[in-house]
Amino acid sequence: MNLALPALVPALPALGAAATLATGRKAPGLARPLAIVPVAVSAVLALVVALQLGTGQSLDAATRLTPTGGPDIALAVHLDGFSSLISVLVGLVATCVQVYSTAYLKEDRRYPSYAALVSLFTAAMFLVVYSGDLIVLLVGWEVMGVCSYFLIGHHWETADARSASLKAFLVTKLGDVPFLFGIFLLGADAGSFRIPDVLAAAGDGRLGHPTLIALLLLAGVAGKSAQFPLHTWLPDAMAGPTPVSALIHAATMVAAGIYLVARLMPVFLLSGAALVVLAVMAAVTMIGSALCALAQDDLKRVLAYSTVGQLGYMAGALASGDREASVFHLVSHGAFKALLFLAAGVVIHAAHTNSISAMSRIPGLRKRVPDAYWTMGIALVALAGLPPFSGFFSKEAVLTAAEHAANGDALTNGLGPASGVPQAAGWIVLISAALTALLTGAYAARLFLVAFHSPAGAAAPLAPVAGPADHEADAPYSPEPDEADPVTAEPPAMRWPLWVLAVPTMGFGVAGLRSDWLPALLDGGSLRPSGVTAVTGTGLAVVGVLAAYGAWRSATARLTTGRPAPAAAMGVPPAEGWGRVPEQAGAPAAEVVVADPGRTLLGPLFGPARHGFGVDRLYHALFVRPVGAAARLVRFLDREVVEGYVQGSGIGANLLGRAVRLAQTGNAQTYLSALLAGVVLLAVLVAV
Amino acid sequence: MHLAYPVVLSALLFSVGVYGVLARRNAVLVLMSVELMLNAVNLNLVAFDAWLRDALHAGQALTLFTITVAAAEVGLGLAIVLLLFRARGTADIDRATALGDPAEPHTPAEEEPAAAEALKGRATA
Repeated sequence: MNLALPALVPALPALGAAATLATGRKAPGLARPLAIVPVAVSAVLALVVALQLGTGQSLDAATRLTPTGGPDIALAVHLDGFSSLISVLVGLVATCVQVYSTAYLKEDRRYPSYAALVSLFTAAMFLVVYSGDLIVLLVGWEVMGVCSYFLIGHHWETADARSASLKAFLVTKLGDVPFLFGIFLLGADAGSFRIPDVLAAAGDGRLGHPTLIALLLLAGVAGKSAQFPLHTWLPDAMAGPTPVSALIHAATMVAAGIYLVARLMPVFLLSGAALVVLAVMAAVTMIGSALCALAQDDLKRVLAYSTVGQLGYMAGALASGDREASVFHLVSHGAFKALLFLAAGVVIHAAHTNSISAMSRIPGLRKRVPDAYWTMGIALVALAGLPPFSGFFSKEAVLTAAEHAANGDALTNGLGPASGVPQAAGWIVLISAALTALLTGAYAARLFLVAFHSPAGAAAPLAPVAGPADHEADAPYSPEPDEADPVTAEPPAMRWPLWVLAVPTMGFGVAGLRSDWLPALLDGGSLRPSGVTAVTGTGLAVVGVLAAYGAWRSATARLTTGRPAPAAAMGVPPAEGWGRVPEQAGAPAAEVVVADPGRTLLGPLFGPARHGFGVDRLYHALFVRPVGAAARLVRFLDREVVEGYVQGSGIGANLLGRAVRLAQTGNAQTYLSALLAGVVLLAVLVAV
Repeated sequence: MHLAYPVVLSALLFSVGVYGVLARRNAVLVLMSVELMLNAVNLNLVAFDAWLRDALHAGQALTLFTITVAAAEVGLGLAIVLLLFRARGTADIDRATALGDPAEPHTPAEEEPAAAEALKGRATA
């Protein structure tokens, strides 16, 4: 294959980003083509590369970048089925997002810099996907981190966006430091930073410290892929523009961590302890985030928590030793989550609010944004994992992988011994994934019903829009300033990407059914859902959906028949209901009168879940405050102690000068007297 | 003649000159005291020349030089004193302190830190 093609794929968006940044201010008209064309061309090129490579092949090429004294750093590409598949996904989503952004950020003055950063981000993701060298991969990894920081802080006028971008940057960096050391250790043990060499070393058992390496790498993965305990940045990252959430925080960047583990799967298979840690991490992440998603009021935060949970699924599949299922879920999730976010952006523009309870009071919202309504429905069904959409197949693949791992015959597809995967990891993943399937169904249904099918919206289609309805008072909220006109909320550039992404959302899952389709591109194992887990998983998801529907029906029924005290209308136990009243006191009465099935389903867990189980508060107490105190101490030392010496030297010289000035009387005889005294003194000294 | 007499005499003359330079107020008298000191040196030169019986009489030759230089110096000095007197109406050396640094409370040196503070404030703002 011509190596120029895979080299062009990351290079084009990077050049496009540079060109957009250079010309953005002088020629704003060029920004749109410069944003879309390079990304679209590289998406096509990625597809061409994937087609040329074909299935079951892999390609390695390298040129030495710099000698280091230890293992060399090489500019290398390592292409195989995984990189083909994910690069096509990245290209597709990035192109859709760039097209969508032209309409979404039409009025934005900072559109050129935004588009340039999205292009640069795409380039970095391509670099991560194609790179055959861990250090070069790290470069792409960090560039993505920086782009994410800038894009979350796109609306830097708001304090939320500023603190969210800082938080995202710091939390991911916290994971990246151990990650860097993990790479160094891996390179030192394997004697090379090249991925094929590392994999060969892992296969021969030449790695000295597989557990340590795997755990260090997992820290970086947890940071990038938003796994517990480093997941807290992702929900706050929703302060960025919605297309950014779609591209970065759902489809690509957060998937980089999963992709990296998939790439280095043989290394992880050497360490059962690391796999158990990964399984526990994934289990806590998916259950916790699903509970949080069920309680959120901010539409984008629901999606963010669901992203965290779905990443937990992927991590769980990896912990079960089946990277094929993980990447399968990564790709299908990438498509439907990008679709969800893009549709959410349309809805948010139309409703002028992020809050689903506020949306529920807007009459006829679903008629105003029909495309977003339908595509969001499709994507939510895929998210809940109901057949025949893609989410069903990929989720079942994960469940099947966990089931096999729990039975002790993990589907490692020849990457390592099946006994390398502890059964405990399989059980942990299997149980938590089943529970999460239930919760996912519930929150997907809740989101759809509350946002689009509320009785207020349906019953009063002619009522005037009740002003800019505000979000619920105590809910965490990531507002995003937007200036779109609700009438033109669905321009074509925002509508078509939705349907483009809806196609893989609906159809991609079928690709895993036959072993010579998708599995042939990957490791060749089976992605077919097994009977027991398929029935259980689907059944649980259906139960979740029905539970949410039932809770919603009963809540709306009580809401529409008579409007008694809100707590009773919500169907919550009075003690809990009244306990919440003081918190709600500041909000208008209408705020509470929303049929929220989450409140019924979660019961007393609702309050903690809404605030992410206080993890943020815990981190604030544990890390932010000590660091703040240390910073104040440093400031004190600098201002009062160090600066004291500096200023003291200045003041001392000043005083000395003033004393010397006293001798400068202007009387020549005084000078002469001093001169004589000096001469006499010197004479005496010389003589004696 | 013993060397002690001229040496003691010149020492006395020099001391008188030093006293005059340091203590007299009138500039003319200060100049005269300088002359006294020069002449004390001249006396020493001549005395030692005679005492050492120098064949070249370098001491006496140097004395002639000194007298010439002293004459020129006094000429210049008197001219300065004259100008000083014309400008100020007095030849009092105590009052000619225009080149001194008067110890006033307001000095530019004190304003400099204030300006630096203002600059720092602007930088942090």
